[in-house]
Amino acid sequence: MSTLSIQRVGRTFPGLQGAAPTLALQPTDLDVRHNDFITILGPSGCGKSTLLRIVAGLDAPSTGQVLLDGAPVAGPGADRGMVFQSYTLFPWLTVRQNICFGLREKGMPAAEQAEIAARFIAEVGLSGFEGHYPKQLSGGMQQRVALARALANDPKILLLDEPFGALDNQTRALMQELLLSIWELHRKTVLFVTHDIDEAIFMANRCVVFSARPGRIKNELAIDLPYPRHYTVKTTPRFSELKAVVTEDIRAETLRAVEMEKS
Amino acid sequence: MKPLREIGPGLRTGLGILFFVIFFGAWAVATLGGFVPKTFLADPITMVRSGWALLAEQGFATDIGFTVWRVVGGFVAAAIVAVPLGVAMGAYKPVEAFFEPFVSFARYLPASAFIPLLILWAGIGEAEKLALIFIGSFFQLVLMVAVQVGATRRDLVEAAYTLGANDWGIVKRVLIPYSAPQISETLRLVLGWAWTYVIVAELIGASNGIGHMITDSQALLATDQIIFGIITIGVIGLVSDVAFKRANRALFGWAAL
Repeated sequence: MSTLSIQRVGRTFPGLQGAAPTLALQPTDLDVRHNDFITILGPSGCGKSTLLRIVAGLDAPSTGQVLLDGAPVAGPGADRGMVFQSYTLFPWLTVRQNICFGLREKGMPAAEQAEIAARFIAEVGLSGFEGHYPKQLSGGMQQRVALARALANDPKILLLDEPFGALDNQTRALMQELLLSIWELHRKTVLFVTHDIDEAIFMANRCVVFSARPGRIKNELAIDLPYPRHYTVKTTPRFSELKAVVTEDIRAETLRAVEMEKS
Repeated sequence: MKPLREIGPGLRTGLGILFFVIFFGAWAVATLGGFVPKTFLADPITMVRSGWALLAEQGFATDIGFTVWRVVGGFVAAAIVAVPLGVAMGAYKPVEAFFEPFVSFARYLPASAFIPLLILWAGIGEAEKLALIFIGSFFQLVLMVAVQVGATRRDLVEAAYTLGANDWGIVKRVLIPYSAPQISETLRLVLGWAWTYVIVAELIGASNGIGHMITDSQALLATDQIIFGIITIGVIGLVSDVAFKRANRALFGWAAL
């Protein structure tokens, strides 16, 4: 059963000042099943973030439609939680208030909000930081709060747009493990955009590889590594095999993207 | 000196005070030393003495009270209308498109040039002075608030949408809190300009106020009183500025992190 159905979704951006319009995303089909953890991997500028923004309702497709549980997506909503690459915590709110933002918007009683916030703060390992402001936290901690904020809203699907892209390698690896453990616990449906190959394979049960612009799905792999996954899975032969396949795909596309920039 | 290197708080205060000392020192030397005729520039000691006389014997405190009331009254009235309108313009593009061209035009109309008109309309009473402050502050405030609200980080707005905020929720819980510290800073700035307008208002057709005292003193060639009046305005401006900054820090501590 599919939670999210992306049907012939394409996006063309109008040209600025008489320039030719840019085709960012070719009509794309993708079915996301309940509990899927799908990573969308592609070279930069391939339209993968555009697709995610369309699913979030932050951008409108030029062609096609997105169905969530059979109903067409018309705009952003609490049923699709999102974590952005940039730090989007509200700087005037504390960690706890940030996490309660969506709950308050729903009109949930304060006591219930506090209870949920406490649970997710503990889950992302930030107990003791409830009263801190975002600027007092490191980048990794801010993204953990952003993750908790999205999860606290209990969305049907979690959309992640290179959420760990700005973090250093070690922090990024820890964040991947954290996200994976949360997913194994809550079994949320996840759509995760990244350009990092290890990241794409390590967490996903399905990995979708995008072509260079104009983006389309070039390849789709089932990642058959067993869950729960430990970080040591990254050193197994099967992981290396999958990585080799994906690396070939991505390399070819990146070369094409570079060629296109030249011409 | 290394560019941009911070200095200690003691040195900062010391240097700030040093300038005042040099300033008053130079003034004292120029006047007490007989380099400048008394008619043109009074010396600091005479200035302080006649300042005291003004306060103690000539009811200058009442003048100060009137001036403060005019500034605060006109400014608060302008802010009460300008801030909500500015927020609406920043948040909603049709509202902006409707008001912005006129406000941009009105902003360049010199407020002091309205005095003759305002006197015709409202006489030389309080209403005319308040209206002048209002005109001088209102258009500036509206435009600056609109720009600040409109410059709210788009990714924060998008994040709020994905958390289920509706359109009014975006205005109330993202646009307003995000720009509140800058709006407050704008209020502080424009209050400073309101002080210059009030004196202009009081130079013409007023029977009290600091500006009125200054024009009266001019007729008497009392430069000591004129300077005392000017310094009084400076001191009140400084005090209100510091109070505003303190309030900002207390209200919007997060912005200074």
